[in-house]
Amino acid sequence: MKISYREALRAALREALQRDPRVFLMGEDVGRYGGTYAVSKGFLDEFGPDRIRDAPLSELGFVGAGIGAALGGMRPVVEVMTVNFSLLALDQIVNTAAALRHMSGGQFSVPLVIRMASGAGRQLAAQHSHSLECWYAHIPGIKVLAPATVEDARGMLAPALADPDPVIIFEHAQLYNLEEQLDRARPVDIASARVRRAGTDVSLITYGGCLPKTLQAAELLAGMGIDAEVVDLRVLRPLDGEGIMASVRKTRRAVVVDEGWRSGSLAAEVLARIVEQAFFDLDAPPARVCSEEVPMPYARHLEEAALPQVAKIVAAARAVMGKR
Amino acid sequence: MNSNAVPYEKPFAVGLLKDMLRIRRMEEKSAELYGIGKIRGFLHLYIGEEAVAVGALRALSPEDAVVATYREHGHALVRGVSMNAIMAEMFGKQEGCSRGRGGSMHLFDAATRFYGGNAIVGAGLPLAVGLALADQLRQRQRVTACFFGDGAVAEGAFHESMNLAALWRLPVLFCCENNLYAMGTALSRSESQTDLCAKAAAFKVPTLKADGMDVVAVHGAARIGAAHVRAGGGPFFIEFQTYRFRAHSMFDPELYRDKAELEEWKQRGPLHTYSARLKAQGMLTEAEFLACDAEAQAEVEASVAFAEAGTWEPVEDLTRDVLTPTPGRVAPS
Repeated sequence: MKISYREALRAALREALQRDPRVFLMGEDVGRYGGTYAVSKGFLDEFGPDRIRDAPLSELGFVGAGIGAALGGMRPVVEVMTVNFSLLALDQIVNTAAALRHMSGGQFSVPLVIRMASGAGRQLAAQHSHSLECWYAHIPGIKVLAPATVEDARGMLAPALADPDPVIIFEHAQLYNLEEQLDRARPVDIASARVRRAGTDVSLITYGGCLPKTLQAAELLAGMGIDAEVVDLRVLRPLDGEGIMASVRKTRRAVVVDEGWRSGSLAAEVLARIVEQAFFDLDAPPARVCSEEVPMPYARHLEEAALPQVAKIVAAARAVMGKR
Repeated sequence: MNSNAVPYEKPFAVGLLKDMLRIRRMEEKSAELYGIGKIRGFLHLYIGEEAVAVGALRALSPEDAVVATYREHGHALVRGVSMNAIMAEMFGKQEGCSRGRGGSMHLFDAATRFYGGNAIVGAGLPLAVGLALADQLRQRQRVTACFFGDGAVAEGAFHESMNLAALWRLPVLFCCENNLYAMGTALSRSESQTDLCAKAAAFKVPTLKADGMDVVAVHGAARIGAAHVRAGGGPFFIEFQTYRFRAHSMFDPELYRDKAELEEWKQRGPLHTYSARLKAQGMLTEAEFLACDAEAQAEVEASVAFAEAGTWEPVEDLTRDVLTPTPGRVAPS
């Protein structure tokens, strides 16, 4: 059966609400409005206002309240409309949620899940389009997930809720309408990277909204006689170093594709690890395809130019293969 | 000074004095230990404000929760964290209440539901709102008491939390310790509205002002507030008007307030005014006072010995307690 990424997220959330009375959803417009991306449409009627809790425009307040509720024995799922808005809650996420277990000497874990949309591609300009996954992936004390497939959209919430520590789930806004075959919900792990396309010549390592583009690039490369392997990181913190290295050691070449800005990016971290751990296995210097270093422009052609695109990925892979 | 009768039986009345003395002596010793480098980092003393923590926390039950600030040694102690564990924490020893990972500003204790020790001004308020939300959802009749200073009212977190608590009628007792200065900035220099109760009232939260130098007045106000919250009346806000006798932290040269103001407030010091009242009422003799004080000092000396004898956590354990080691282990509820 083909279902959409949105439907998969929705099914996962619904299942969580049905299974565990401690789970509740809180965020802006999750109830009456039905969720900004319609993930929770109809939930208010089904689960009531206590568990589908519309919050005022108080990101700092309701994310902090989610942390407190988690400490109080609940399993909150807090929805933040976009990653850009999550910056208003950064203090609570970084200074409280991520630090609490450590600064209390291990006494208080924070079993909180925060979902947020991220990424560009819809001409929403410089305050609704950014990809700041790596900011969160920098922080010890939280886990960061980036479901890029319908299977992960369906499967990642349950292990995230079962995890005793704060988990942030990034839903790339371009993926909500993605449709894929999903015959039945299968449990997935939230620890490992996964090979989405096996290949032997070059590893294309990516996550989130760049996965579909990278898979397309791999198909084009196949037509050019280059057999690319596509690795989906899935979990951005902690990174699955072994999974990355296993692919790189096999193909001996690496290109990292990341919608974040190049400087200080997640791609930079992945490349640094490849250089540290697999330098002598490489046949060519590794490369990156990232967003251009500009706040996201509105005009369509400029937005497209700012983002990693299939052609850029193909060109980078060819360059690493020594083919211009 | 207030000379009204102290409306308690003697054991309770003297207990309040004992707790204030315990905080005072512990902190005087802490300052001394800071001077010789046994305690490092930031150290924010509560000296002068003891009546607030003692009076307010005595109005709570063991099942209630407490969220405090970085000036929280007194709150932790009165809540039931042992002086030994507090002192060891300030020494950075693993016998400390946060295993030496928190220090003076991050005292935590799951057993007494003491949720810190928060050193971001205002950041404890959303946390308290969430703890109260969990209680409301689980239909538990518990109170979450949240302490914060006058500086916190300038933070967005204060306003967001007031609104959320009032909107959802959450069982939070907001305890504002107004000591007139946010570090070195006087309230009147930072707020257009200096009536803090008016700010809470704007969110339709009921309020009380209380003399924070008078432990009886503090306790009375806190009992009213806690009863309102526990009965399901929603949040309650109390402004405790108080004053810190020491600098903001150990690095503060106190250029922002004059000595006359400090001396004036010291006349109202919570310890000597309250003990004088007890004596005037025949509830306390000088000998009993000295015995209470000696007891507090002995507890302090013992806590220092405990902290000195404590051990350093092995460096190999550096990265423990970043994530929870055993899947399935969760926060106590």
